[in-house]
Amino acid sequence: MDQVVEFLVSAAILVGGVFALVGSIGLARLPDFYLRLHGPTKASTLGVGGTILASLLFFSWQERALQLQEVLIALFLFITAPVSAHMLAKAAMHRDLKRREDTRGRPWKQ
Amino acid sequence: MMSRLLPFPMLSLLLWLSWLLLNGFSWGHGLLGLVLAVVLPLGTRPFWPNVPRLRDFPKLVRFVLVVHWDIITANVVVARLILGSPRKLRPAFVELPLELTDDFAITLLASTISLTPGTVSADVSEDRRTLLIHALDMDDEAELVAQIKQRYERPLKEIFEC
Repeated sequence: MDQVVEFLVSAAILVGGVFALVGSIGLARLPDFYLRLHGPTKASTLGVGGTILASLLFFSWQERALQLQEVLIALFLFITAPVSAHMLAKAAMHRDLKRREDTRGRPWKQ
Repeated sequence: MMSRLLPFPMLSLLLWLSWLLLNGFSWGHGLLGLVLAVVLPLGTRPFWPNVPRLRDFPKLVRFVLVVHWDIITANVVVARLILGSPRKLRPAFVELPLELTDDFAITLLASTISLTPGTVSADVSEDRRTLLIHALDMDDEAELVAQIKQRYERPLKEIFEC
């Protein structure tokens, strides 16, 4: 049983780690600000989600009781991440940052 | 009486549960959390403009599950896009005409759009009728708008009936 839990925890950490990494790669290599904005919002969902799940499993198993503190991290993150993304996007539109030439549609004047 | 003591029952419940999650489940914290769950919404009442009534709780649960599922599947799609050639991306700004009229419901919709990978809500118009969305890779504008409306906006509309 110990091994099953260990396997599940490792898998969850790996999934979380891979998605956080992909988010960071996106941040580094996407061509304009608006596109880069997508990177961190991704990392903060599945990346953190996987890590939280791993922590939850590990401590619940170790203490032999359900530990749910981690759920709060996810809750607060889900409330705050979209707000920061929105503020970043607004700031970018206000400064009229360059966007890739083939972007369809246009941002609003701020 | 009940509505004066607990103007926002859902907020109170959320506060109480957060307190218990943060401090562990015990009688003492249950009681302390209960006091906070009553006092905090009363104290912050002026900051909550007309929060719409929750009409359909089972639908809300369904909505939360759908959003979580979408986050997982869309993450995989976006990961592939990011690791692929950036030249192939078809970024776009899209204007989504809103059917929701309530500020709180619009905020929920905008947050959902930002959390699901591939789209970020950038702005909402002054008159609250249009939402500006930036998409990472958009095939067809009408299709994206229809998908958001059908998957997120309609359920929200039914949940809050506004």
